[in-house]
Amino acid sequence: MSISSTELEAAGAPDNGALVAATDPRRSVWHVLLRDPSAIACLVYIGIVVLMAIFAPLIVKVSGWGPYDFDQTAIDPNLGGIPLGSFGGISADHWLGVEPQSGRDIFARIVYGARASMLIAVGATALTTVLGVVFGLLAGYFGGRTDMVISRLMEFLMAFPALIFMIAVLSALPADNRQYLLVLVISVFGWPYLARIVRAQTMSLKQREFVEAALASGASRTRLVFTEILPNLRSTILVMVTLAVPGYIGTEAGLSFLGVGVVPPTPSWGQMISSSVGWYSVVPTYFLVPGTFLALLVLSFMVLGDRVRSAVDPGGR
Amino acid sequence: MTRYLVNRVLGMLLVLFLVALFTYMVFFLLSPDPAVQICGKTCTPERIDQIRANLGLDDPFPVQFLHFLEGLFLGRDYGTGASAVHCSAPCLGYSFQSAQVVTDMIVQRLPVTAVVAIGAAVLWLLAGVIGGLLSAVREGRFTDRFITALTLGGMSVPNYVLALALQYVFVVQLQWLPFPQAVPFADDPGQWFLNFILPWTVLAIGYASSYTRLTRANVIDTLSENFVRTARAKGLRPHLVWRRHALRPALTPIVTIAGMDFAGLLGGALITETVFGINGVGKLAADSITKNDQPVIMAVTLLAAFFVVVGNMVVDLLYSAIDPRVRAGATT
Repeated sequence: MSISSTELEAAGAPDNGALVAATDPRRSVWHVLLRDPSAIACLVYIGIVVLMAIFAPLIVKVSGWGPYDFDQTAIDPNLGGIPLGSFGGISADHWLGVEPQSGRDIFARIVYGARASMLIAVGATALTTVLGVVFGLLAGYFGGRTDMVISRLMEFLMAFPALIFMIAVLSALPADNRQYLLVLVISVFGWPYLARIVRAQTMSLKQREFVEAALASGASRTRLVFTEILPNLRSTILVMVTLAVPGYIGTEAGLSFLGVGVVPPTPSWGQMISSSVGWYSVVPTYFLVPGTFLALLVLSFMVLGDRVRSAVDPGGR
Repeated sequence: MTRYLVNRVLGMLLVLFLVALFTYMVFFLLSPDPAVQICGKTCTPERIDQIRANLGLDDPFPVQFLHFLEGLFLGRDYGTGASAVHCSAPCLGYSFQSAQVVTDMIVQRLPVTAVVAIGAAVLWLLAGVIGGLLSAVREGRFTDRFITALTLGGMSVPNYVLALALQYVFVVQLQWLPFPQAVPFADDPGQWFLNFILPWTVLAIGYASSYTRLTRANVIDTLSENFVRTARAKGLRPHLVWRRHALRPALTPIVTIAGMDFAGLLGGALITETVFGINGVGKLAADSITKNDQPVIMAVTLLAAFFVVVGNMVVDLLYSAIDPRVRAGATT
């Protein structure tokens, strides 16, 4: 569930040669990805989840049950409230079964749970990217004291037992606006991994002839950073970001699983799995359904990240 | 070398100090009044005042934090006069919930977490290295694809889902393993071992997958090196080439990363221990967080940071012992 630093490190260090050679990484990346069946499959699944998140109220209207509706007719009160029918109560009425005891529709909760996962993953990704790129550029370009301060800060954050601390802080903070807090907390501990690589690349790009040429022809610092260095970092950032998303999705789900993430009754996949712990032996579909959705989402982003990396840097593995 | 070592240790202490300060500050600012919490239901204002005075909760933040540090290194006394309680050297205070000495609580549970962590580490190193090697020497063929698919799966299934799934299959359906429960090692070693199989597996699978990928990539890189070609040209048999020439250089980075991952395992053990109900430090952390037991949270956070920082340092030292360039670069 935590972001494996080894993966990111290995991923984020493509050759500089390949980086500079790729003129417009986005266009060529799309070309390569659209010819790869497994990348297409991943994109399709991610697309479905995104659509589910956006159109949740509409989808739920079609399926008939809202995420907060209790359906007492779908559970057996004599058996402690286990769902009626086989496979956790899967039927034409409840497409993915119902929750034991409450009888809430699992399909509706999955659809709404996609909102929490995507919102937090997208938010955390955007914020870490901004922080990581800005601090990495600052440290790498200016060097000296700026670099020292930022590098120490990164070392400090990376030495921090992030998961334990996230749980502790989230449990101490008030429960309203949890989504924004989750984004903030995940980003604060996530940006150094991107910044470290941006910093290293900026340092080596700074030494290159074209940057020196621009400097000699009188370009301002801002211009130098934004038109000479940043465009050359694009593919690195793209790869790092795609590889970081599954980590954030996992972290959100893990925090919700531990009870400090998205606050009930708002559904989230991690939280659904957490409430299924007591039922795993009687109603296995209760944890299997959200577990499968979650694992597939993480898998899709991971495979996609892999493919993006090899599209950007064909020489690498 | 001595100067490098001194620098490293000082840097390490600084990071630990900052972690302590930051954590302390967050709880100082965010938490509800612990005195009310300790006092419980039958509470009087006088009693609350007394508790506040005993624990030094009326002091301003810097004083409280200094007392905390003092307790950590020298030990401290709670309260004054005849009712004073002494808490000796690595003093992390008393639990707000059970009034136990926090240091004792952690020392009691540390061996359990060590068993979970060591077992998992052995498992993931073995699986990762063997899987990666197999995958690399069969690059592009069925074995390689199969192993790569497995690692992708292992990395994407969250460990709590895996825990539930494995428990459902092996405990409920097949009944190959007993229902997890705490059995002391001395009573029944066989039973004890069976109980730990699932937690070890669950904790190890994620790491094993990324180690397999890493080993695979490293071995493939090494196999394309000139010295391997030379060894092959000399007529050395393939498995000797793999074992003597390809594996060794590929393993160095893995050992270093293993050191860091092992040090950071307390965080991973938190979920595994909670799901399987194992009474280790991870579960202690989870429990203390739900009960808002600040001294315990503080202690576990510090302990985890300590492991991470020490782990990083040990790895760096090993590295600089092997490679003098690292040493030269680090002192500047």
